Amino acid sequence: MIARGNPSANLAGPPPRNGALEEVHESIERVARDSYGRLVAFLAARSRDVAAAEDALADAFRAALEAWPRSGLPESPEAWLLVAARRRMIDGARRARVHADAMPTLLAAADEAADLAGSAVAFPDERLKLLFICAHPAIDAAARTPLMLQVVLGLDAARIASAFLVRPATMGQRLSRAKAKIRDAGIGFELPEAAELPSREDAVLEAIYAAYGSGWDDVAGADPRRSGLSTEAIELGRLLLRLMPGDPEVQGLLALMLYCESRRDARRTADGEFVPLSEQDPSCWAMAMITEAEQTLRAAGRANRVGRFQLEAAIQSAHAQRALAGRTDWQSIALLYEGLVSLAPTIGALVGRAAAIAEARDVATGWALLQAIPNEAIETYQPYWALAAHLLKRAGRGAEAADAYTRAIGLCEDPAIRDFLMRQAGR
Amino acid sequence: MQYLLMIYRDEAAMLAANKETVDRTIAAYAAYTEAMKKAGVYIGANRLRPTTSATTVRNSAGKTNVSDGPFAETKEQLGGYYLIEAPDTDAALSWAARCPGASQGAIEVRPVWTA
Repeated sequence: MIARGNPSANLAGPPPRNGALEEVHESIERVARDSYGRLVAFLAARSRDVAAAEDALADAFRAALEAWPRSGLPESPEAWLLVAARRRMIDGARRARVHADAMPTLLAAADEAADLAGSAVAFPDERLKLLFICAHPAIDAAARTPLMLQVVLGLDAARIASAFLVRPATMGQRLSRAKAKIRDAGIGFELPEAAELPSREDAVLEAIYAAYGSGWDDVAGADPRRSGLSTEAIELGRLLLRLMPGDPEVQGLLALMLYCESRRDARRTADGEFVPLSEQDPSCWAMAMITEAEQTLRAAGRANRVGRFQLEAAIQSAHAQRALAGRTDWQSIALLYEGLVSLAPTIGALVGRAAAIAEARDVATGWALLQAIPNEAIETYQPYWALAAHLLKRAGRGAEAADAYTRAIGLCEDPAIRDFLMRQAGR
Repeated sequence: MQYLLMIYRDEAAMLAANKETVDRTIAAYAAYTEAMKKAGVYIGANRLRPTTSATTVRNSAGKTNVSDGPFAETKEQLGGYYLIEAPDTDAALSWAARCPGASQGAIEVRPVWTA
């Protein structure tokens, strides 16, 4: 049994030898990476206060940085951190951050944490509830992905802000507001009812996909600018699949991200020049990732419940087939896009369908579909203009193509794609 | 809301660039300006002559001081600006990220005081 309120009592083993400091720091980093979300979820599910749980945990990690190098790694680092964090949470609650009626819950949680810390039993994983809370309808849609990245993976606001092109100070405020909303609106740490599960699950999936980045809305096929968060998004996808095993849309999302990721290295030449998907050398694709994506997508198909992410993954699967078949089956891709547009007519899907139909049938049909997209949606949507320029050029409409190229180039954020389009436009 | 997008980049490197690079940069800026106009955000823009042509004037303690060169010596220098009308800071930052100068130096985005 451990001594209450004294985390160091749970330490095991002799103090580390000289020079082992680095090892301890590495261990703390590893625990932080592996357990951060689990610890936040456990504490937040009981206090209903995400910000307080994060603060308490940050304090606990600070205490660990001080204590562990002196006394060695505890036998159960997570339990040690929980005990340290619960003490801070109770202090915080006493300072009246929490309503008086939340005190009993919090004390019970503290006892539970202490008991768990003393036993060998793993503490319950509440991350699924946390993921659903981050994508709750009461949370501003633009804050859901950042909230997930911060609360579940522990990413800092500045890094999230850069990935989403937002002022770091603004991102910090948005995150604080979202956490205050969870606390003040009393958003429950329960899983959604069966009736609302599908729509709530969609919101979770969309938030994770948004973290993967906007790169694959891009018809040309790549925008590695946001690559910083693609690893984290795949991590969230894998986590969600562990928490909802066998769910076909979760499998679809994971497969989709893996297909896209498998082409990362093929998107640039050695000189950094952009290579569109159609010109990529399949031998540069990461085959292990494609194999995993194929297996995951096949498993999803067994549930016989088609969804948006399975269709998106199936489109990428069809592209991946070029590695074996040597050619792209545009008929299949066009068909999959028809299905996708009927389920989720996003601007990305509409532009993607136009591109696929232009290949599968003819340029005029693809162009007609592209033109049918409402004007207000495409004003600053770069992939639309890139495809428009490409189709107009192929149709021999030089002057109009030049105008479309100008807009596609002008809306580019990625210098490699900008250079590629300028070469295409003959500039 | 109006925003000033100030383009900072290494002037010496720009002046040393070959003609092909200069032409490509000019073409990229022309496309960027056109995209801004089409989207209805463009108010105005200018490219500035090098800092060697700058003069800094300061009145202090009743004495006027005129010096050659820019106000501050920095590693990257102000080379031009765009004045845009954007719904919010997020939108202004998106336009800054699209600026060809963002991958050559840095774009400082500042909201304009309006009455």
